[in-house]
Amino acid sequence: MKLKIATLAVGAVMAAAPVMADLVFPSLSYRTGPFAAGGIPFADGYSDYFTLLNERDGGIGGEAIRVPECETAYNTEKGVECYEALKGEGALVFQPLSTGITYQLIPKSAADDIPVHSMGYGRTSAKNGKVFSHVFNYPVNYWDGASVGVNHFKEQAGGSLEGKKITLLHFNGAYGKEPIPTLTKLAEVEGFDFNAIPIDYPGQEQKSQWLQIRRERPDYVLFWGWGVMNQVAVQEAANIRFNMENFMGIWWSGSENDVIPAGAGANGYKALQFHNVGSDFPVFADIQKYVVDAGKAAGAGDQVGTVLYNRGVYAAFLAAEAAATAQAATGNSSITAGDMRDAMEALEINEAKMAAAGLPGFGPTFTVTCENHGGGGMAAVSQWDAASQSWSLISDFSASDSSIVDPLIMADSAAYATENNLPERCN
Amino acid sequence: MPDQFLFAIEVMINGLMAGVLYALVALGFVLIFKSSGIFNYAQGVFALFAALTLVGLQEGQIPFSHLINAIFGTHIHHFGWHIHSVIAIAMTVAVMVLLAILVERYILRHLVNQPDIILFMATIGLAYFMEGFGDLMWGSEIKTLDIGLPQGGSFWIEENTAWLGGENFYGFFIDRLDIVAAIVAAILVLALTLFSQYTKQGRALRAVADDHQAALSVGISLRYIWVLVWAIAGIVALVAGIMWGSKSGVQFSLSLIALKALPVLMLGGFTSIPGAIVGGLIIGVGEKLFEFTIGAPFLGGATENWFAYVLALLFLVFRPQGLFGDKIIERV
Repeated sequence: MKLKIATLAVGAVMAAAPVMADLVFPSLSYRTGPFAAGGIPFADGYSDYFTLLNERDGGIGGEAIRVPECETAYNTEKGVECYEALKGEGALVFQPLSTGITYQLIPKSAADDIPVHSMGYGRTSAKNGKVFSHVFNYPVNYWDGASVGVNHFKEQAGGSLEGKKITLLHFNGAYGKEPIPTLTKLAEVEGFDFNAIPIDYPGQEQKSQWLQIRRERPDYVLFWGWGVMNQVAVQEAANIRFNMENFMGIWWSGSENDVIPAGAGANGYKALQFHNVGSDFPVFADIQKYVVDAGKAAGAGDQVGTVLYNRGVYAAFLAAEAAATAQAATGNSSITAGDMRDAMEALEINEAKMAAAGLPGFGPTFTVTCENHGGGGMAAVSQWDAASQSWSLISDFSASDSSIVDPLIMADSAAYATENNLPERCN
Repeated sequence: MPDQFLFAIEVMINGLMAGVLYALVALGFVLIFKSSGIFNYAQGVFALFAALTLVGLQEGQIPFSHLINAIFGTHIHHFGWHIHSVIAIAMTVAVMVLLAILVERYILRHLVNQPDIILFMATIGLAYFMEGFGDLMWGSEIKTLDIGLPQGGSFWIEENTAWLGGENFYGFFIDRLDIVAAIVAAILVLALTLFSQYTKQGRALRAVADDHQAALSVGISLRYIWVLVWAIAGIVALVAGIMWGSKSGVQFSLSLIALKALPVLMLGGFTSIPGAIVGGLIIGVGEKLFEFTIGAPFLGGATENWFAYVLALLFLVFRPQGLFGDKIIERV
């Protein structure tokens, strides 16, 4: 009997061995609930890129990739449960895809030595690697977004925002309030009037907010929304005939989902992006050939080339590059989460790497260091063309005003370090 | 007139319009609660499912196409036709009636004489089932609902009221979709009133609402009435789904419009159709005026949801049955 049990145990270990050796990139997705329309394309893109690497290249450095998916429904508690359930599977990096979940994972990730990549969301001051050892928010954060948005309006206004009025229309929560300190500071420096108008969750009714905008007639409106809030805001802006050239959303308010319901009224609406748009990149032909046509797509295969699908692809590309960096640094194809964290801290994304991955010019070039977990803070402006039903970038990737953003990041991260008694790193 | 006064009037008018939209959602709750004592948690999901079905039928979408494609490896999504809105609405009404029959057959029939809380729990289960079923049937992507309803502010009203104020007043803004919603709501309430007052089925429905046992004793079929009232509530949900879906596109957050109906029900009463309308209007005007006068200037804004529930709670303190609700007296 003992022999049988021992044989079974050895068999189980042997069966599990290849699984343990896989490179594991958990996907904390939300394919159900009120935010599913945004969660599905991202999850599809994230998974499909890794499937492509498995099918075309045999994984990364010869190691197969596994993408266990866990449904969070964009709910913080469920997201933390997903993290706890998947961290033991050899997870190399978590992408929470939610600011709420990210905040919960900040202390946990350090304790478990598993890095978190909150790409374009989460805690902005996590850019300061001297304080946040396991959280990365490259290539850009919300404060960079606010700065790049204001710079665009400044250029649009002929080089000065003196005497202009900018309104921030935002989700009434942590995510939506993130840019307020930056915009307040920018208002002092640039000489524009700034006010913030919050919208309560879920944001299906925004009549009060848009009547206020109609009364106050701001020159420009910046928008931090998510979910149904986006579609309603764009529709209401069209209803009051607000000049869409002067209305710009953050990257979470700039997908096809957000503008198509408003029809022709959405024409000209702008949104910040930290990656390129459309499907005119070699990688998408490969995804079609090796993943979609092969019947291995994570979803229906109908999201390829949409803004949020591209974002999922980009997130997976950055994770794969970090894994390859870790393999090169350790000389071992099988890497740990600790190796991954170290590699993320030494990540360099250049044009050659993007081109080799079939993504030439897809995002900004940047480097990550021990001190700087946020990359170069670059974003571009995209604009919606209702006639062709497509987004296009109307600017190059440009950097935020670091003289404004960096001191705010230092102050906020220092407060966090003091509050949590964290020693300074990177010395 | 001072601009500030005109702005307040504009806010009030828009509050009334928003209130009509809230009332449309609340009506579905009232119809079912009045006739069966069930608080239908799934009413918001019914609005979502109705709107999903309408767009799906209109656009010729193949139901369960994602599931079919996943199982059989096919790539089918659309039949390739586009159905006229009126026909699509009629077909959706038929689907909602079928849904009512299924709800009665597979849920309500088995829960007769169970405590109210059991029936309430059943509707929670129904809500989750319907949400998942709708997702499987029609997919999760946001769909554009276009049945030809006008959108955007009325130029005519703006131009003809601009002279009332100074140069900072641009005329009253009123969304044309809100005007349509108000007209539709008025027709709906009138139709429901006529139905309940002057038809045999309507009188039977009222009899059941007054006293189940007495209605049964005179030969009224409880099952038939339940099917009837759930079907009507489904049609009301379709109307609410059309109005809200036209604003934001049809998406799964549409089910959250039920949150807007709760304070309306608390204020207007769970058993009164006029109560749902008046409650909706009071909540709509109240929250918008509060936001305009106090919320935005002094409290940082976004006070509407909060104020709606506070107002409803205040009414509960002084009139627990709501403005028009039936006072429940239990003798022991």
